[in-house]
Amino acid sequence: MGVITDNWDLWVDATVGTLQIFFFGLIIALVLGFIVGAMRVSPIPIARWVGTAYVNLVRNTPLTLMFFVFAFAVPVVFEIRDLRLLGILAIGLYTATYVAETLRSGINTVPVGQAEAARAVGMSFTQVMGHIVLPQAARSVIPPMMSVIIAFLKNTTVAAGFSIMNLGSIRAYLSERGENAMVVLLWVALVFVVMVFALSGVQRYLEKKWRVAR
Amino acid sequence: MKRRFAAMAAAGAAAALVLTGCAGGGGGDNGDQPWTVAEDVTIEGSATFEAMQSAGQIVIGVKEDQPGLGYLDAATGERTGFDVDIARWMAAELGFGEDQIEFKAIPSANREQELVNGNIDMYVGTYSITDSRKEQIDFAGPYAITGQGLLVAADNDSINGPDDLAGTNVCSATGSTPIQNIRENYPEAKIQEFDTYSQCVAKIEDGSADAVTTDALILLGYAAQSPDTLKTVGDTFSEEIYGIGVPKGDDAFRDFLNTALEEGGETWTAIWDANLGETGVEGEQPAVDRY
Repeated sequence: MGVITDNWDLWVDATVGTLQIFFFGLIIALVLGFIVGAMRVSPIPIARWVGTAYVNLVRNTPLTLMFFVFAFAVPVVFEIRDLRLLGILAIGLYTATYVAETLRSGINTVPVGQAEAARAVGMSFTQVMGHIVLPQAARSVIPPMMSVIIAFLKNTTVAAGFSIMNLGSIRAYLSERGENAMVVLLWVALVFVVMVFALSGVQRYLEKKWRVAR
Repeated sequence: MKRRFAAMAAAGAAAALVLTGCAGGGGGDNGDQPWTVAEDVTIEGSATFEAMQSAGQIVIGVKEDQPGLGYLDAATGERTGFDVDIARWMAAELGFGEDQIEFKAIPSANREQELVNGNIDMYVGTYSITDSRKEQIDFAGPYAITGQGLLVAADNDSINGPDDLAGTNVCSATGSTPIQNIRENYPEAKIQEFDTYSQCVAKIEDGSADAVTTDALILLGYAAQSPDTLKTVGDTFSEEIYGIGVPKGDDAFRDFLNTALEEGGETWTAIWDANLGETGVEGEQPAVDRY
């Protein structure tokens, strides 16, 4: 317990850092993922191509490389110097591809006949998606989407190597302060277990709320 | 634009290093070393030494991204530097030649754990002797004394010491003692942290960071490598005493290394001159501390 109480400042800073990356990264990932997911099923060919290209390019890249590009190449080209912002962009853009694909799989669970029927009664693409497809897709997408979000939460530790203080940085700090690295890592793991439990709670709540009789 | 391109190239090269994990082979020319490999060495009651002998090799943890101290040339696979040569010298005193040494690059934060786990027999790489570390491992030596210093771009005249750091971006290795010192004692400085000092130096070169801080010896190595773009400034503002990390409790092994250091004054000077002599800093071997 001394590992935590003796280094309270560090644990607070690190947990805040993790939550910061998680929160802002999640906004980018969800908004962009939603747009890209919609592009991939849109009737406009160009939108489909762009969406597919983005997903395949970014999803097939190691996260560390994404961070590296954003921390070292992007500042040189675009004159953005805020490393925290760059890191959040890196992980947000990365996670957006998974969000997009998860959404698309949800959309695919809705039988095509329903969309065709909606079109037949004169609904537009936006109406078909908004009223018929997405409400049903959202339900089936909750469990895999939560898995994506949980994986994203744990991925935030990669940012520790790129100048963003978070729970992944703690081991380096406390090892310099003379603590046993294994003990420290076990505590870090425990913090993550607690946070993931909270996310699982959100998942249970949403599943219950949106449950329908099929 | 040229500088921008150079920075990109440096970032790319650093990326290549990270992604390949830096597999390295041995190397080193066996020409004129200031030490000779001892024969028929025995150390009474040293578990570490016995394990090394039955394995037929010694595993030494080192750094590989610190020019002048512990550096791996990715092209030739050759390891060079003051620390690496100290390691070679100690191995030679223990009776292990170059072909019986396995060097293992280990980042700062993992050093104690690797020694505790027995993955390495000893560690020579800018390893500061501290009381808290002594709870987990033991130190032979010290073999060098330095302190925290600052490295800035050669055309930077505004930073001349730690008191000028307010409002500037200061970079160092994640969680390292120097950056914790800045965080605590110079809270107005903005902190950047990366896995390696090389990445911090790349940040100075692309203009994102103003200063790199860590032990002055390490910084001297970088300044010596690119004297046109980098320089060290100010006096050291802490004291770091470098020792050789060894497994805890093996006093016979530690005593053996201490004796070798004490009796090898000329070898020490030769190693210093060969690796860091060009920086113009006069090296002086510190007295061994047999605690």
